[in-house]
Amino acid sequence: MTTTVFIPRDTTALSMGADDVVQALKFQSKAITDDITIVRNGSRGLFYLEPLVEVMTPKGRVAYGPVQVEDVESLLAQGLLDGNSDHPLYLGFTEEIPFLAKQQRLTFIRAGIIDPTNIDEYIDHSGFSGLTNAFAMLDQDNDNGRQAIVDEIKTSGLRGRGGAAFPAGIKWQTVLDAKAKAPEQQKYIVCNADEGDSGTFSDRLLMEADPFCLIEGMIIAGLAVGASQGYIYLRSEYPQAKNILEQAITIAYQQHYLGKDIQQSGQTFDLEVRIGAGAYICGEETSLLESLEGKRGLVRAKPPLPAIEGLFGQPTIVNNVISLASVPIIMEKGAQYYQDFGVGRSRGTLPFQLAGNIKQGGLVELAFGTSLADLVNDFGAGSYSGKPIKAIQVGGPLGAYLPEHQWPTELDYEAFAKMEAVLGHGGIVVFDDSVDMTAQARFAMEFCVAESCGKCTPCRIGSVRGVEVIDKMTKTHQERSEKSTEQLAELNTLLVDLCDTMTDGSLCAMGGMTPIPVRSILNHFSDDFVATTDKFNVKETN
Amino acid sequence: MTIDEIKKKTQQIVANKKSLPGALLPILHDIQHEFGHIPEQALSIIGQSLNQTEAEIFGVISFYAHFRMQQTGRHVIEICRGEACQSMGSKSLEQAAQSQLDIKYNQISKDNNFTLEPVYCLGNCACAPSVKVAETVYGRMDSEKFARLTDKLSTYKINVGEIV
Ligand SMILES: Cc1cc2nc3c(=O)[nH]c(=O)nc-3n(C[C@H](O)[C@H](O)[C@H](O)COP(=O)(O)O)c2cc1C
Ligand code: SF4
Ligand code: FES
Repeated sequence: MTTTVFIPRDTTALSMGADDVVQALKFQSKAITDDITIVRNGSRGLFYLEPLVEVMTPKGRVAYGPVQVEDVESLLAQGLLDGNSDHPLYLGFTEEIPFLAKQQRLTFIRAGIIDPTNIDEYIDHSGFSGLTNAFAMLDQDNDNGRQAIVDEIKTSGLRGRGGAAFPAGIKWQTVLDAKAKAPEQQKYIVCNADEGDSGTFSDRLLMEADPFCLIEGMIIAGLAVGASQGYIYLRSEYPQAKNILEQAITIAYQQHYLGKDIQQSGQTFDLEVRIGAGAYICGEETSLLESLEGKRGLVRAKPPLPAIEGLFGQPTIVNNVISLASVPIIMEKGAQYYQDFGVGRSRGTLPFQLAGNIKQGGLVELAFGTSLADLVNDFGAGSYSGKPIKAIQVGGPLGAYLPEHQWPTELDYEAFAKMEAVLGHGGIVVFDDSVDMTAQARFAMEFCVAESCGKCTPCRIGSVRGVEVIDKMTKTHQERSEKSTEQLAELNTLLVDLCDTMTDGSLCAMGGMTPIPVRSILNHFSDDFVATTDKFNVKETN
Repeated sequence: MTIDEIKKKTQQIVANKKSLPGALLPILHDIQHEFGHIPEQALSIIGQSLNQTEAEIFGVISFYAHFRMQQTGRHVIEICRGEACQSMGSKSLEQAAQSQLDIKYNQISKDNNFTLEPVYCLGNCACAPSVKVAETVYGRMDSEKFARLTDKLSTYKINVGEIV
């Protein structure tokens, strides 16, 4: 009988040597059997265990990891192909690994289980059930059917997962109600796959592990608002996601899930991947649209909303990858099912991403409402270095650095907003106590200098001044003249003022949010800010 | 490659893509893929066919970090400077890489083998720090692994994904 072995081909597994493990296994297993099939699945998101090798046994999939080339020989000798248990890398049944077993997977339900480009496996794992339900709604009559799909998304409570957390259903309604303008008469679905935040990889993993799920979500969005063209705007830093997505799209065309008359429904939807070019600001939706139109990614003033005048001036849904990939399960199981997860106004699940200095990094999909402390301690098992954790940055480079007393806060959009923090894209970056908080504040400003689109002054100039002020503070502190304390206090006031100007005066959230990490450091790590342990304490001015 | 060859190839690429809506980025990607950078001669060809000025095309190229108009070393090594990589020591990795290759960012090493470039997040943040060469990302990078990687890259052409 054939033995099936799974070894992922997502970026992280590859970055840890998965291809070499495949080669070694192919070569060395020949001595035992000729009959093994190696499936290149997507990752389960247990990145601390990559490359994770799984073997299909009659009782289920058994996992070993992290497997390096030099482990292959002993693994085979000790019964890898039978799912045997006496090897140090043996992890038991994959589904029972606590990191995975404790998750609530809705959007990532198939990630790591199937071969990402095998459409039959996708269908076997209830893929396209949501689409089938959507078609059934349209069968009655198109207009009521479209409204019914939009209503379903509204009821689910799904809010955009790209950062701003805007209700997806309301955005869809606006596009449904908008009239496409002549001569094009075209509406668009644009998937924001720019994922620029440090510490985030859920979009990437979804596209690499289950691309049909995103494709299905986009088709449904197209049906819901009457758009027949979709674009996935993917960042150029993700070549593996590009390869896998493009393969999946080709297959979806061959199997008539894309193109004209999808599954004999009379409906059309075309889909294309477009590659960005290394500009963080192109994650901002209007800048993204400019980029898709072939221009520099300068942010557009809103209104008009992209939902009314978006790509090429036409009504356009711009949604994040995870927002769109959550649509199939909502349409499959119903809005109520999805809405039953979560707390308050944060409904459903969010794929949290544990990254940085953490022992067990990876993707944890959970309903809103867990605490950061639980995620980092229970799932993450503390810092990678073993040193105490000092700060956790949540929500990417524009997110706050949280001190320990804030870690018990529930992960929920409103609770985070209350403490001047953001959940953003769900990225969680852990720093141990060797971190230099002044350097992190400086970096926040420096990042804004590098990535500002340049359209408005508070952001373009403010960030440059921000770096200068922080440098001046560092220098003043080092010189320690008589006047240092006074000067430091003045500079501190200046920095706070500058942050206020950027917050209030910037056209978009790039300049508007850059002060968030800086302020969080001033507020919570002021002992560290410039003056580490001595009398130059700048606390009183903020 | 002669200037005529560059022009001819560019014309082909532009002809293939110019009818796409918003064709400029796809065209620039294809050209950079072909030549490793965007040659100066390409600007007027693209401009003419998209009915834009060379300055406009240049404006787009210079806006995006990914596009470049200068040649690179044989291998472009991108080092991640994102916060997750910082928390795992990417700053000392950057320093080690720069002193080892004796170049700063965006420069070409003397043996013409390497160009170093900064990058902000490769989505490999759970196994930081990360670097990328062509389409391959390497996780848990440190200065020793980096030395082995560059050694391999300069002695022979390694297979994509090969472990260092
Ligand atoms: C500076 C900046 C960067 C952004 N980057 C991203 C990004 O990388 N991915 C993303 O989905 N949304 C990003 N956004 C949010 C988008 O502007 C937009 O809100 C989102 O694509 C809407 O989709 P959603 O409603 O499904 O979240 C960014 C916003 C700003 C201001
Ligand atoms: S805040 Fe910055 S990125 Fe946003 S529009 Fe202004 S200059 Fe551009
Ligand atoms: S921060 Fe370096 S890979 Fe994400």
